[in-house]
Amino acid sequence: MDQFLQQLLNGVTLGSLYALIAVGYTVVYGIVQLINFAHGEVFMIGAFGSLATWTLFFKGQTGLWVLPFMIIGAVLASVAVALLLERVAYRPLRNAPRLAPLITAIGISVFLQEAVRLFYPGAKSALPFPQIDLVTGAAFQVGGITVRRSAIFVIGALVVCAVLLWFFINRTKMGRGMLAVSQDPDTARLMGINVDRIIAVAFAIGAALAGVAGVAQGLQNSNIDFFIGFMAGLKAFTAAVLGGIGNIYGAVVGGLVLGVVEAMAVQFIPGTFGGSPWKDVWAFVLLIVVLVFRPQGLMGARVVDRA
Amino acid sequence: MSAMLEVKDLRVSYGKIEAVKGISFSVGQGEVVCLIGTNGAGKTTTLRTISGLIRPTSGEITFEGKRLDGVPAHEIVTLGLAHSPEGRRIFPRLSVEENLLLGAFSRNDGEIKSDLQAAYDLFPILGERSKQPAGTFSGGEQQMLAMGRAMMSRPKLLMLDEPSMGLSPIMMQRIMSTVKTLQSQGTTILLVEQNARAALKLADKGYVLEVGHVVLEGSGHDLLHSDAVRKAYLGED
Repeated sequence: MDQFLQQLLNGVTLGSLYALIAVGYTVVYGIVQLINFAHGEVFMIGAFGSLATWTLFFKGQTGLWVLPFMIIGAVLASVAVALLLERVAYRPLRNAPRLAPLITAIGISVFLQEAVRLFYPGAKSALPFPQIDLVTGAAFQVGGITVRRSAIFVIGALVVCAVLLWFFINRTKMGRGMLAVSQDPDTARLMGINVDRIIAVAFAIGAALAGVAGVAQGLQNSNIDFFIGFMAGLKAFTAAVLGGIGNIYGAVVGGLVLGVVEAMAVQFIPGTFGGSPWKDVWAFVLLIVVLVFRPQGLMGARVVDRA
Repeated sequence: MSAMLEVKDLRVSYGKIEAVKGISFSVGQGEVVCLIGTNGAGKTTTLRTISGLIRPTSGEITFEGKRLDGVPAHEIVTLGLAHSPEGRRIFPRLSVEENLLLGAFSRNDGEIKSDLQAAYDLFPILGERSKQPAGTFSGGEQQMLAMGRAMMSRPKLLMLDEPSMGLSPIMMQRIMSTVKTLQSQGTTILLVEQNARAALKLADKGYVLEVGHVVLEGSGHDLLHSDAVRKAYLGED
């Protein structure tokens, strides 16, 4: 039982990280039907943004008060890069065949990885991430379960972000505008909605959450490198598809399900196919199985559509 | 009457196909003007060009003395021009109330709530089902919602594209009488219809479009009784 609860906690922790990134894929897809394959790199930039903030302004500090500044640094870096990408790379391709922005996204992804590797001081190998009081350091025990401090940060970050996001979408005018654009962009324009701005907002929201995820990743793994966006991005994309691409709550659910399944597979699948070397395999097996039986994803696109 | 909306030599193309081939017409303050014609005559394209969804290849569109061609769609709404599009195009997964509030997206004044009430007074069914997703509505109810939504921007000129499409005769009557009501309340209306009889009955002025050209124009009454229109559009001989 303890083992199960332990893996459940590990899974939810991992899943929260996936979910934070997955929202970025789904929110952009919901508005422009583009899979932004460079989103994993936006997450990576967030991690480096927070590291840079710490290195430049707070080097040597370990107090918890530094953390908000690191989060702000991460979010600023991620959002700036995402907005730049949208403006320079995706907007000119808005009316191009779908393959063009997709290939562009992959190109940008490689470009960003290499840019960080070459130009961020010391980034050719992994860089240590600052240790912060209370959110890193010795784990504590609750019953028979080991709780890592960073896990509390990650799960807490997801909860806070999900609540803020829900509020933004359902209770603000801009959020309502976003829903309108995702359902019918032309008619949204007739309502006086500036579609270009809504698209930029969608990119910014996804990037902000990815930035927070970048901090979480750093705290959890205690080091970061230019390649962390690849696997995290792929898994988060999987989570978004699993939950139903375009559906924000689906991204959160998909992330959590994926994380838990991975954690459980590591622990409970016996023999050759168990253990952590196989965890990625089981994650993608889950994706394939869900897509075979429920192609629209777990939460799916809602059925009521254009009448 | 000075022209509120003036369209001059408007040409619009989709790629190599020219859908509107140099049409001119005007809408005066307080009038109901209708554009009639068969499918492919260019009526919808004309409205979509006026509201900024499509760029014209040439020609001029002037609204209250201001050039509209080249102004982005989301800014045209703020000038007082609302467009209720063909096929109603309500937002199916949003509630009735959210749809109406989106109609007021360009506004920032404090009277949006009272205008919401005004829309519910105009169409009581919308008030009764304000929290229901709009996609569950019937065609006629969706048309009411689309008109209510367009009115939420407080337009000086309301453009209605095929409001009677697919509606029962009773519902169509209802919509047409609402058009009359809106006119009496001071809204100028540009109406596009395939149902020529219903449209011409309440129009001050009408234009008949055929494959991208204006082929006939006149008062609603004159057109309704002209031989050409009776034969081609009203199915009489």
